[in-house]
Amino acid sequence: MSAEAKMEIGQLTVSASPHIRCDESISKIMWTVNATLAPAALFSVYRFGVKALVTMLICIAAAVVTEYLIQKWQNKPVTVNDGSAFLTGLLLAMNIPSTVPWYMPLFGSVVAIAVAKHTMGGLGYNIFNPALVGRAVLLASWPVAMTTWPEMASKVDGVTSATPLGILKLQGYEKLVAVFGDKMEMYKSLFIGTRSGSMGETSALLLIIGGAYLIYRGYINWRVPVFMIGTVGVLTWAFGGHAGLFSGDPVLNMMSGGLILGAFYMATDMVTIPITSNGQVAFAVGAGCLTVLIRLLGGYPEGVCYAILLMNSVTPLIDRWLKPAKFGARR
Amino acid sequence: MAKSFRGGVHPDDRKRLTAAKAIEVAPLPEKVVIPTRQHIGAPCTPVVKVGDLVKKGQVIAEAQAFVSSPVHASLSGKVVEIADYPHPVFGFCPSVVIESDGADEWVEGLPLSRDWRALEADALKDIVRQAGIVGMGGATFPTHVKLAPPPEKPIDAFILNGAECEPYLTADHRVMLEATEKVVTGMRIVMKLLGVAKGFIGIEENKPDAIAAMVAATKGTGITVVPLKTKYPQGAEKTLIKVILDREVPSGGLPMDVGAVVQNVGTMVAVADAVVSGLPLVERVATVTGGAIAEPKNLLLRVGTTFAQAVELCGGFAAPPAKLIMGGPMMGMAQCRLDVPVIKGTSGILALSAADVNAGEERSCIRCGRCVDACPMGLVPSMLSILGQRGNFQMAKEEYDLLDCVECGSCVYVCPAKRNIVHYVKYLKAQNAAAAAKK
Ligand code: SF4
Ligand code: SF4
Repeated sequence: MSAEAKMEIGQLTVSASPHIRCDESISKIMWTVNATLAPAALFSVYRFGVKALVTMLICIAAAVVTEYLIQKWQNKPVTVNDGSAFLTGLLLAMNIPSTVPWYMPLFGSVVAIAVAKHTMGGLGYNIFNPALVGRAVLLASWPVAMTTWPEMASKVDGVTSATPLGILKLQGYEKLVAVFGDKMEMYKSLFIGTRSGSMGETSALLLIIGGAYLIYRGYINWRVPVFMIGTVGVLTWAFGGHAGLFSGDPVLNMMSGGLILGAFYMATDMVTIPITSNGQVAFAVGAGCLTVLIRLLGGYPEGVCYAILLMNSVTPLIDRWLKPAKFGARR
Repeated sequence: MAKSFRGGVHPDDRKRLTAAKAIEVAPLPEKVVIPTRQHIGAPCTPVVKVGDLVKKGQVIAEAQAFVSSPVHASLSGKVVEIADYPHPVFGFCPSVVIESDGADEWVEGLPLSRDWRALEADALKDIVRQAGIVGMGGATFPTHVKLAPPPEKPIDAFILNGAECEPYLTADHRVMLEATEKVVTGMRIVMKLLGVAKGFIGIEENKPDAIAAMVAATKGTGITVVPLKTKYPQGAEKTLIKVILDREVPSGGLPMDVGAVVQNVGTMVAVADAVVSGLPLVERVATVTGGAIAEPKNLLLRVGTTFAQAVELCGGFAAPPAKLIMGGPMMGMAQCRLDVPVIKGTSGILALSAADVNAGEERSCIRCGRCVDACPMGLVPSMLSILGQRGNFQMAKEEYDLLDCVECGSCVYVCPAKRNIVHYVKYLKAQNAAAAAKK
């Protein structure tokens, strides 16, 4: 054998092609999503006070610790560093009022991680969005606490502690506008986030900025928020008013409740939505329709959470139905 | 406007390592190990014995089957051994070891000089077969077979694949620059042989000098140079035909089903050499590169040179290689040893450092859909990987079009969960083949 064959080559890895990978990873995606949620989360701490921060930290810590313990117990690799449990905790926090007693966020996170995520097999296998399952369970268990909204720490005059959609449902549109003064004031308040609600449903502006960054990075598909919010806008405009067709207020409906948060951060949860772009559009339109159905006809003022969970359950069907167009298929 | 196709990925092409480096002729090796099988198809049997003196270009192994291709001595000298040696594709393969006599003499009567215009199609086809020419892009399918489509498949377009979309590789690029005339001659020979009037050269935009050279060299020949968007896998046969001719090779079909034949750049040089000068295929240009190579180069190497010799010519290793690959990083074959020989299909020798590889732990699919967007064949790669883990090849075949996967690796490249989708696809295809064989 020639001299050169003796060159020190160490251990060569032999595996199937390709031999290079892009530098995306699950942790990079998850931590980026967490980071884009941070401004809205911090804003709600500013608005609702320290109690909001405490509730948020309980949610996150409970989610991370639960995942850690389950993975240890199952002898699986511990993956809490990838940011996905953290994200579930943060999203759950964004979906509940800051005022709930400490054991509720704790319970919600444990349910989200242990039941919704790990009984299904862990990240990637869950059918339902874990944070939304956590929220749904809390709402069913403690309906009063979950719908009692805090006063804003920095309160705007005249804004009560009911959510805009709650007032709309129970007292009507005129009363709602009166609460804010006039229509423009109402829109402004919804957009900036000076109103009552769950921790993450306050500032439309900050959520949209965060979501836009995720779109720019290619982590979420722009069609999902656009189609979901658009569907809600069109349908509430058409059917949401009392003066016949097209007398509803689409702007109010699009910016209130958990719609912005849901459309940018939960209807885009890659694990639980269809995998193709067309499937995601179908999902978004479906979630928008269900949201409006619940808001207008259901017992709750708000329907984003259930709408997304319901659509999660048909994701496998959508995936089978809307496959990509195969190259060279006979057309 | 450069043309493109649906899907695909944009890996960093790393071609700057060698793109500006002229092809260097490797010094005559002292010894070559020439495998008797360097093509897809029936293996060859050696026709020389230990102790025989051979000349460069002399046939040392051949086969009677149509889908096969003879093998020639790549230097003059003495046959010292015929035995199983490591092979970059087939593991081990009967090989002829020749020790150089230092004279490097061609076999009697070579080289010669012929006017290709005076030769008939059948004569041309025969020359291509005798010269042992196979697809030099890496597929190594015997060229004379590809140039003999059945009469019910009329061919009206010939495409030269100058895309070279694999990152790192620059061999075709340099050949287009430095052997421009030969490439065009080879192309015109093949077009005459096929009886087609329409010829195209597809080149990615990242090689503007090659585009310019080819445009200049093809003036008045009826050949069109088509600039292509720089995107992997632009040079895959099906995507290339789609982009250039706007024809979709049907699922399960071949280029000839849509009237097209695609050939590689190096192969055209081999055809020109064989037809015009009578020279069989005994050497080829390969890019020796990667983060672990001290001094990456484009080398003209004799068939049978070992990878170790080639690496040595490039200053050896600068860092311990994590992976050694024959071909490009997207579709090349990982090697476990350095003493494998350069064969006719060796377009590159790639030694990647751990940083180049950027591997990570494989995790479960998070359904992000990036693979779906990247797949040029319009498949759902994530499902193929999941079905691969379950070994469910029936479902993969019937519902997820397993057999349409061209193993381009785009899906794996973009996957944040680092899933080895192509590995699972190969596994499922093997299972499927085994099940079919049982029937
Ligand atoms: S790119 Fe990877 S993680 Fe994303 S859907 Fe495809 S296989 Fe799953
Ligand atoms: S599934 Fe096959 S054809 Fe599609 S991107 Fe992956 S390797 Fe390429």
